[in-house]
Amino acid sequence: MSEFAVEALNIVRTFKDNEVRALDDVTLHVPAREVFGLLGPNGSGKTTMIRILSTILSPTSGSATVNGFDVVKHPDEVRRSIGLAGQYATVDENLTGFENLRMIGSLNHLEKKFVVNRSRELLEQFGLTDAANRIAKTYSGGMRRRLDLAAALVANPPLLFLDEPTTGLDPQSRQDLWAIIETLVEGGTSVLLTTQYLEEADRLCKQLVVLDHGKIIAEGTSQELKTRLGNTVLSLSFANTADASHGAALLDGISSKPANVDGTVVEFTVERGPSAAADALRRIDAAGITLTGLTLREPSLDDVFLNLTGHKAEDAPSGAIDDAPKSRRARKARS
Amino acid sequence: MSLTTSHTPLPIQAQKSSLRWAVSDVLTMARRNLLALVRIPSSLVFALIQPVMFVLLFRYVFSGVIKVPGGQYVNFLIPGILVQTTIFGAVGTAIGLAEDLQRGLIERFRALPMARMAVLAGRTVSDLARNVLVLVIITVVGLGVGFRPHGSIVAYLQACLLALLFAYCLSWGFAFIGLAAPNSETAQAMTFPLIFPITFASSIFVPVATMPGWLRGFATYQPVSETAKAVRGLMLGTPHGDSTWIALIWAAGAILILAPLAISRYRRAA
Repeated sequence: MSEFAVEALNIVRTFKDNEVRALDDVTLHVPAREVFGLLGPNGSGKTTMIRILSTILSPTSGSATVNGFDVVKHPDEVRRSIGLAGQYATVDENLTGFENLRMIGSLNHLEKKFVVNRSRELLEQFGLTDAANRIAKTYSGGMRRRLDLAAALVANPPLLFLDEPTTGLDPQSRQDLWAIIETLVEGGTSVLLTTQYLEEADRLCKQLVVLDHGKIIAEGTSQELKTRLGNTVLSLSFANTADASHGAALLDGISSKPANVDGTVVEFTVERGPSAAADALRRIDAAGITLTGLTLREPSLDDVFLNLTGHKAEDAPSGAIDDAPKSRRARKARS
Repeated sequence: MSLTTSHTPLPIQAQKSSLRWAVSDVLTMARRNLLALVRIPSSLVFALIQPVMFVLLFRYVFSGVIKVPGGQYVNFLIPGILVQTTIFGAVGTAIGLAEDLQRGLIERFRALPMARMAVLAGRTVSDLARNVLVLVIITVVGLGVGFRPHGSIVAYLQACLLALLFAYCLSWGFAFIGLAAPNSETAQAMTFPLIFPITFASSIFVPVATMPGWLRGFATYQPVSETAKAVRGLMLGTPHGDSTWIALIWAAGAILILAPLAISRYRRAA
């Protein structure tokens, strides 16, 4: 048997008579008992991959095994060995928390007594005991996500698929969910999670792949990717575009990567933020140019994409919710 | 392979044959739908008020101008309304499934090791249960407004079963619509042009004799009219020819065509 929780080989999935290639030759090896990340913007194919691996969708070509079972030939065995939780928190709003878990347990064909005990136990672990007999419609966003995750855990599956588990959550709920995921992995569960947040991938995932337009554009450990990127983004704002291009030229060599000039803003990915910032200030000051702003921030998914593909992460229809936490982090300067 | 090293106890798979599992899955789904009905009483109240409004409308507003051969209009009307409301009730199948699809619940069910047809069968069964309640209400309201069925109680129950069976078979067609519609509002809108002609261009509310010739042919022989004729005959104890058998054949034909359609749509729906 394979030591991988998921082995996907050359998966291709097209939609609308081959017009849209949602996945284009994706190969994944997800090791057991750790968190593996699929990182990418909306529309990059993350969710399509999860849907194929959870037997909801069949691949156009390629093959995949989940816990050793082929997703096309033995879907029922796959379904018995996985849990699925998603960004849409698919709990039944009209049922109570307890009823939701009981329903999933019974549809997993588990023994009644086991389901009742397991449901109580999960509600308690996820801090939902007080809300157990309230209908899920009254739950907050964070509570729904926790219930959704609890539902995925009722059958105690060895492998969890988490599709953007924290998208749209407030920072506290996000932290709570991260802690739960870490506990699960300590207990031996394997997790394949998709995310748009580099910070999340960095915190949880041992290994990850970056998807763009259905293709893998980078893979490795989070540290490897960060090293390729530089650890910090140095962002400088100038009064006008002429100053900005002059400034970019002055700062040549401050980073091993070329500057990214966007209007009056010039950005570099650098290894050591503070010393690079000091160096930049000296050079700009010596040239007599006025800066209107300087920030140091962690690289975002956009920076990853810019570095890997030369274009920004596209397609973010749900950007209104998604960008809020990202921009909050962006403003937080590093020391 | 030893992936299951979780600290929690391993789940116990209960032992049953796959057929018994399928039945258990259908009941789990039906129970879930009925719980939702209890949780949102407004939808249930609306489902019950609408047929009562129809009874009152036709009994007191239109009855003066509708002439039925050899009898009182109220006795003609109530069996017809009974057939109409069960068909309207079956529309709920389309709306319920479209909602589940929209909310991503169907997606979750598709990733569970449950019987594939249980989502659809659970929905049609719970809508059938709701229709039973509607029938009871209509019977009570009907008796209140002067409905006097002269057939036997057994025949009355047979008539109710026939109406329920006919609506149940049709509900598989509404299941198909619910899975094909982009959202529940559209699903509801899509069913309207279907149920309107089959219930109103029929012998449900008025005798077909006064309809223009081109319409009369359709209205006389279409399945809803046959069902209404059989239900009316059974309830009133009047002769109704072969209409019971014809209605049963229509119902069987409908489910034989519509259920496979809906199930294949479910397998594809994503």
